Amino acid sequence: MQYENVRTTCIYCGCGCAINLQVLDGEIVGVFPDPQHPISRGSLCIKGWNVASFVRHPDRLATPLVRQGEGFREASWDEALQLVAERMGAIYAASGPQSIGFLASAKCTNEENYLLQKLARTIVRTNNIDHCARL
Amino acid sequence: MREQICKLVAEKLPELAGVVALRQTAVGTAPYLFREGDDLSQLVLEPRYPLPSVVSMLQKRYPEARFGVVARGCDARALVEMAKRNQIDPERLYLVGFTCSAEQAAECYCAAPAPDTAGWPQAMVVGVPVAGAPPNPLVAQYEEMSLAERRAFWQQQFAKCIKCYGCRNICPECFCEACALEDPLWVEAGMLAPPFPMFHLVRAMHMASRCVACRQCELVCPAHIPLTVLYDLMRRDIGELLGYEPGADIAAAPPLSLTLADGMVHGQDQLL
Repeated sequence: MQYENVRTTCIYCGCGCAINLQVLDGEIVGVFPDPQHPISRGSLCIKGWNVASFVRHPDRLATPLVRQGEGFREASWDEALQLVAERMGAIYAASGPQSIGFLASAKCTNEENYLLQKLARTIVRTNNIDHCARL
Repeated sequence: MREQICKLVAEKLPELAGVVALRQTAVGTAPYLFREGDDLSQLVLEPRYPLPSVVSMLQKRYPEARFGVVARGCDARALVEMAKRNQIDPERLYLVGFTCSAEQAAECYCAAPAPDTAGWPQAMVVGVPVAGAPPNPLVAQYEEMSLAERRAFWQQQFAKCIKCYGCRNICPECFCEACALEDPLWVEAGMLAPPFPMFHLVRAMHMASRCVACRQCELVCPAHIPLTVLYDLMRRDIGELLGYEPGADIAAAPPLSLTLADGMVHGQDQLL
């Protein structure tokens, strides 16, 4: 029997609200805002309150999917990344850097987003990088 | 006071499955189930979290286990109303009560800043109770208003609502599995702010005879809507009209609990 709150940051937007994930026996059972947090000050929006609902949602993708005919098949990360690298390399060779764009995510950390724009600008040499909030 | 509470918790832990209280770590403070052998130097009393809801969840998950809870006055009142509605079992709960300071009481406009353990099966209160604080001055201001002004006041306040459901989510007395606030029959979906006045007044009606004035809803509201003005007046009316004070007496049946049986409406006399 174990009940604790695991402190983390909401991943839905860039505000950085604090959330406490209530964990009972290893399972997330709820969310509490944090009254002492300097940014969210004990409040959350509806997305923050429900932020834990996708963690074990049956619709959540747990493995990369590769398009196959009309549908998808499951693939390993190695295979998926290899495929992306090959296809992107071919498009790059045929059409140049402006043919490629990158979409970053609010659900990543600042550091991960930094790395993605670094990849876009220095490796692929394109400024075509944007953010999921403008999709 | 904290030392006294920790000592009491340490004494009680061997006979309990655990004690629900706040734990402070390097990353922050949040509810935690302290078990025998845990570091009680991490047990703190601030800030406020709805610990009664945690107790309810734990008791439901472990229907045989006995827990303890470190509770202030409003927590104890919330537990009383939850007990009456089968959300907690007081026989399986040891209440380690503590009194709020006069400053804390003033901040919450709290009329009863110490847990009342009369009628509570197993309880102990640490600290000397302070007097109740004066009520929220906004209530008196509100009562000076005409009906039209009151309507305009709430229209303006409710227009700020971002419909986060935080008031409902944080409330220890909001435990229904199916919520009227998510039912399109009562609250039209997809509107922001939610339709005036149904969203907030449906909730206010459901708080009648339940709201224990813990103020968690108001503290959690990102739009700073003064919800407790509404609930304070609801509490007053329930007191005046039905002689009932939510959270005060664990033996008093809630006046609005009715059952339908044999084609008849049965009131509190049949309930207990």
